[in-house]
Amino acid sequence: MIEIFQYDFMIRAFEAGIAVAIAAPLIGMFLVVKRYSLLSDTLAHISLAGVATGLFFQFNPIFSAILFSVGASFIIEWLRHSRRIFSESVLAIFLSGSLALAVVILSLAKGFNANLFSYLFGSISTVSPSDVIVILALAVVVFLSIVIFYKELFLVSLDEELTQASGLPVRRLNFMMVTLAAVTVALSIRIVGVLLIGALMVIPVVSAMQYGKGFRSTLFLSVLISLFSVVGGLFSSYYLNIASGGTIVLVALIIFLGSVIFTKKE
Amino acid sequence: MQSVDPFIELNNIGFKYDNTPVLEKLSFTVHEGEYLGIIGPNGGGKTTLIKLILGLLVPTEGTVRVFGKDPVFLKEKYRIGYVPQKAVQDNKNFPATVFEVVRSGRVPRLGLFSGFSKKDIDAVEWAMEVSGIERYRNTLIGKLSGGERQRVFIARALASDPDILVLDEPTVGVDIGAQKKFYEFLAKLNTDHLLTILFVSHDVDMVSKEVKTVLCVNHNLVCYGMPQDLLKEDVLQKLYGEGVVKVNHKEQ
Repeated sequence: MIEIFQYDFMIRAFEAGIAVAIAAPLIGMFLVVKRYSLLSDTLAHISLAGVATGLFFQFNPIFSAILFSVGASFIIEWLRHSRRIFSESVLAIFLSGSLALAVVILSLAKGFNANLFSYLFGSISTVSPSDVIVILALAVVVFLSIVIFYKELFLVSLDEELTQASGLPVRRLNFMMVTLAAVTVALSIRIVGVLLIGALMVIPVVSAMQYGKGFRSTLFLSVLISLFSVVGGLFSSYYLNIASGGTIVLVALIIFLGSVIFTKKE
Repeated sequence: MQSVDPFIELNNIGFKYDNTPVLEKLSFTVHEGEYLGIIGPNGGGKTTLIKLILGLLVPTEGTVRVFGKDPVFLKEKYRIGYVPQKAVQDNKNFPATVFEVVRSGRVPRLGLFSGFSKKDIDAVEWAMEVSGIERYRNTLIGKLSGGERQRVFIARALASDPDILVLDEPTVGVDIGAQKKFYEFLAKLNTDHLLTILFVSHDVDMVSKEVKTVLCVNHNLVCYGMPQDLLKEDVLQKLYGEGVVKVNHKEQ
């Protein structure tokens, strides 16, 4: 057996990492094609406010992160739908607003700055056995939702008006999508951290899109790229003794650059 | 023929957007097999009219009936094939093949948890063949020309085996040579496949040559009938304002 798997925390990191690696690009694909990639970053910052609240009141920060993220995703989607504010502006307000909230809560409870760092950039050694169960269960929910509603989500990504004219519930589908995004973001915090989660949802998808395949193939390829990034990143971070979250994103970036060069025309 | 129930029936329709009247006192019917061109100036309410028929908007006054029912609650939405201009224009980078896009036209016919059956795929194959795009089946829609992408979205609409085809400004972004073929294709769908077609356009000259009936809209109904009887100077002035003179086609 390889040395790396002698440690329970590494096994947990791989389990949680693989679950996140599958869920993140599945949701990311729909966000990218809807030009809504920045939602993931906004939700990540909102999750941080959730984490801070969880730490402050001393309950599992994953749960408070999910709660904050899902709640805010509903408000964001509602504001976007009301069309009173541009959707980018909604995201900007929530991104900085929730960061402000997180900072204030953290300043109220001095002393867990080191802990905060692990949430910002991910810290695989902090993944507890109960975290693994939560992450796996919710990743399965995300995966199944995408499989079951694939044809509806495809249509709503292609054109909302067309979807509505077809008699499908556009608003409910959009709400479902942002809720799934919120859950995925909150789950990914332990692995890649708040500041890097957007990368895991977007970079594998954009890399896969370079190959010019159809929707389903691109989705499949993006999951493969994401898996490779997470597994490769975890191995590298362990053996080179470098930060895991950042390493995962850098591996994804290298694949992205490779994809751009490899598929370059002429 | 005209004694059967109309496909579309608008009765004294009024529509206000933020208290600004967009459409007023508009009534007309569309029967099976018609090829109707809806023309009018930008902002005259053409797109609103289409959205009322599709059930995307609810009229502030009057009633809309499609297949005898309120289109908002129409269960058989698949009986109307819609080709929005935006979908064709905005999806140049959408990572989907022609087949995937055309197949999405079957979704309104399927239940929430059901997959595509052989019958669905047969309908998709037929729609691609009729639209002349089957050789692009595995090509990304972004790699096609404007005219070809237009056909993909028409094939998408045809895949649900509709009775009515609604096209919103379909020739925008399609070059002149392709437009001629495109009109031939629509005429064929109307005559050979007995499809009722609603065609929205600002291009008065082109539409008047192609469609069987013209409906001119500028807040209310300005004219309705056969193109050759209607599109005279006085009607066009009413529609587009003073000083508009109809330009004769070269070939006339």
